[in-house]
Amino acid sequence: MTSTTLHPPVPRAKEPRIRHRAERLWAASPLTVVGLVLGVFLSLFPFYWMIVIASRTNDAANSWPPPFLPGGELGENISRVLANGDASIVKGLMNSFLVAGTITVATVFFGSLAGFAFAKLRFRGKNALLLIILASMMVPIQLGVLPLYILMAKLEWLNTMPSVTVPFLIGGFGIFMMRQYAEQAVPNELIEAARVDGCSTWKVYWHVVVPALRPAAAVLGLLTFMEQWNQFFWPFVVLADPANPTVQISLRSLNTAYFADNSQIFAGTLIATLPLFIVFVLFGRQIIGGIMEGAVKS
Amino acid sequence: MSLPIDTAAPPGPSRPPATPAAHRRRQTGRTLNRLDLRYTPYVFVLPFFVIFAIFGVYPIVYTFWIALTDRSPLNATISFVGLDNFVELLTNDPQFWNAVTNTFGMFVLSTVPQLLLALLLANALNRRIRGQMFFRLAIAMPIITSTAVVALIFSMIYAREFGLVNWLLDLVGIDPIDWRAGRFASWFAISTMVDWRWIGYNALIYLAAMQSINKDVYEAAALDGASRRRQFWSITIPQLRPTIIFTLIISTIGGLQLFTEPLMFTSGAGAIAGGSEGQFQTITMYLLDVMNQRFRWGYAGAVALMLFLLIAVFSFINYLLARRISSDK
Repeated sequence: MTSTTLHPPVPRAKEPRIRHRAERLWAASPLTVVGLVLGVFLSLFPFYWMIVIASRTNDAANSWPPPFLPGGELGENISRVLANGDASIVKGLMNSFLVAGTITVATVFFGSLAGFAFAKLRFRGKNALLLIILASMMVPIQLGVLPLYILMAKLEWLNTMPSVTVPFLIGGFGIFMMRQYAEQAVPNELIEAARVDGCSTWKVYWHVVVPALRPAAAVLGLLTFMEQWNQFFWPFVVLADPANPTVQISLRSLNTAYFADNSQIFAGTLIATLPLFIVFVLFGRQIIGGIMEGAVKS
Repeated sequence: MSLPIDTAAPPGPSRPPATPAAHRRRQTGRTLNRLDLRYTPYVFVLPFFVIFAIFGVYPIVYTFWIALTDRSPLNATISFVGLDNFVELLTNDPQFWNAVTNTFGMFVLSTVPQLLLALLLANALNRRIRGQMFFRLAIAMPIITSTAVVALIFSMIYAREFGLVNWLLDLVGIDPIDWRAGRFASWFAISTMVDWRWIGYNALIYLAAMQSINKDVYEAAALDGASRRRQFWSITIPQLRPTIIFTLIISTIGGLQLFTEPLMFTSGAGAIAGGSEGQFQTITMYLLDVMNQRFRWGYAGAVALMLFLLIAVFSFINYLLARRISSDK
């Protein structure tokens, strides 16, 4: 699904002379190149600087002029932050993997089920239900934050992982994305053939729809994992106990108590970003393709 | 969209049933099949509606009720107070209006440059250039950082004593700025955090839309002597109108909920106050302030409803605005 958007804008021209002109029309001017390089620099510099500060002693991190080259203290700073009992960052990492992983699996599964139903099955009230899902995406979590908090207290989920997992198991975005993809990627003939062979709706889903949706499911999984890994507002509300945080809440604890120790804080941000950095290095093209694909459809 | 095959039962054999038992079996099979076709779609969409009903609809409805009471974990009883919370909020709460001002100030300060720069960047990415994939990946990379990480990195970049920005200012002979002290300075610093994370994302969205514009239009315009700048304003921008509206609404919803960046811009336990005089306390920070520090839950309900109202109204205004602006061209 990414290949369609990721090709360069090659102008369709057959005659060599016209093609030449068209190529010139789309060639980047020197100013454009300079602008892009500047953009890339600004975009990447904070990552570089994160490494610089995380690999310095705290004294070197807080010096004038500021350091611009990495030092040799990375391992030391990382072990300091891992051992920091107030931040519980190891626990935070494990919790974040658990929470983001569970939500990702659930979103892909429920999203593909519902997306298939909305794209290919006929049932009464379909459009009204779709509209409700669309509306749900417009409502910020702040609107219901207080009753939701009270509900979590009643369920005795405060300071536990279900409070940041269960409400987010399936959202409107996943359903819409899978529905868009299923509409064009699942051939009706195939569904029909499966029906003739006596497949139930579930078997059609399992044997026909799931294989066809695989590329979109992968992208949805990547985007969901990234979003959930970075969740802050709601975990901040319900995970007040610093001993059982997600990794983002660990960072918040660091900032509250160790704000003078920048090299430790930056080692923390490095650890918290590393999993998504690896995901981005491995699947960056798919992630970009997913964002662009979604934009064209909406 | 839907096909007749969805409802059509598989064609049965045309032969008459051999035995009564086989006949019964087939009947049962048909009934199951009919049930399957009719109800399975609802089962497939059910998980969303269960989750949404419990954790979405119920809290929202409850918020409307709670906002009419003086509920608090400190009170033994709950009394119905009518619209008192709203009256106080609208007429007698300078801190709320301070938060509204801050939120909108930072929203404008971040969103306008964010979308303009994203447009320019997308236009540049849309050119033929070597290493195209590298540029796209590099520009998109900030989306992997969490708002907490962004806030922590930029807090140090904007540090008063040893911050990078003040060092740069020093190089050109400008006195260091205390980025957390002033209203405008803090708004500016926080807005750059938001922009750093979101410009690349928006640029990708614009780029996708730009690639779906027919290239022949540009060639025709170039033949007529239109400059690139002219092409950008007269072809690209009008064609991008739905996309610009989309990004503007997404930015409005996100921008008015601004929370993590201003919260983590200061350290320590009092961060929810948003600076020494609340100069960068946003509506969401104020909401948690009322809820968790003052324990006025009924009042917090009113704040939450006002926030939602503001988001809805301004999304709509921005929608109208974007429609006007891009149709003028």
